[in-house]
Amino acid sequence: MREWTWGGMVFLGIGLLLLMVGLLRGEGVLVLEKGINICLECMGLG
Amino acid sequence: MKRRLMQLVTSILANSYLTGFFRGHIYRGPLKALCVPFLNCYSCPGAWGTCPMGAFQALAAGFSQTLSFYIMGLLTTLGALGGRLVCGWLCPFGFFQELLYAYRSKKWRLPRWLKILPPFVLALTLALPFLWRSGVGMGQPYFCRFICPAGTLEAGLTLLILRPQLRTLVGPTFLIKVAILVMLILLGVFIWRPFCQTLCPLGAFYGLFNNKSFWRLKVKESRCIKCQACSRSCPAGLVPFIEANASGCVRCLQCTKVCPTGALTFGCAVDYAPFRTETGG
Repeated sequence: MREWTWGGMVFLGIGLLLLMVGLLRGEGVLVLEKGINICLECMGLG
Repeated sequence: MKRRLMQLVTSILANSYLTGFFRGHIYRGPLKALCVPFLNCYSCPGAWGTCPMGAFQALAAGFSQTLSFYIMGLLTTLGALGGRLVCGWLCPFGFFQELLYAYRSKKWRLPRWLKILPPFVLALTLALPFLWRSGVGMGQPYFCRFICPAGTLEAGLTLLILRPQLRTLVGPTFLIKVAILVMLILLGVFIWRPFCQTLCPLGAFYGLFNNKSFWRLKVKESRCIKCQACSRSCPAGLVPFIEANASGCVRCLQCTKVCPTGALTFGCAVDYAPFRTETGG
């Protein structure tokens, strides 16, 4: 019986690749812009 | 015990910006660029980091309709490593529900058919902000706005207490969210993690990787005597010796503790010593 599958490796590779692309695209700044404001809409207020 | 301690530490660390609680505002420093891997509302006055589901939807709902590779990459990487390990060991809202479940009372199991819900919730959460847009081209973070009980508890109600001027904004949508939260709290006393088992999009996402993740449960079939001790102890109502890594498993590892023959173990699939001994690999 196999102890590990290629599936995990493929997902890990895809995940790391996407993460790298996202960081290179500067998405951390976009997330920061969203995160620093109280989102009333997100809370169902207003 | 180790797991409880981890959950407690993570819950405190993730929401330890105490100034926010005293002044009724939220943390606005550079750490907010980091997504925490669990459901923890970024509008909570104590939150240092950003909720991945909230940020994903907020970016998708904007004019530019940004598909966040950063968030998807982070979640896929963590999912590939441990599946729902984050749910069971780190998530503050999961911890909150487990504390409710610790109350001594009659316990129920969720009907199995309800467990088909999470993939649908996940698909709608990710797709709706892109697809359902207003006349001016803006979407909304629909899951956060209409459902998320973690946001209602950590951000909505907390901010309403700390900032009375916000109370004028309370309308039907918020009341629906409060009703969902109250219902989940009541159910949580009798049912183990009802939100995680039915409505959590983040858990559903991690659950997609449970079968393939590096850290996962293993069943040594030669040792299993089918005594059902694992299925009786599984709080998620799974049958671990048949479906060890089903998407509902949050890696609480209760099954590995009660197994009388050591047939169920948890470890890294790459260097899985207990398994290797038997297979000779």
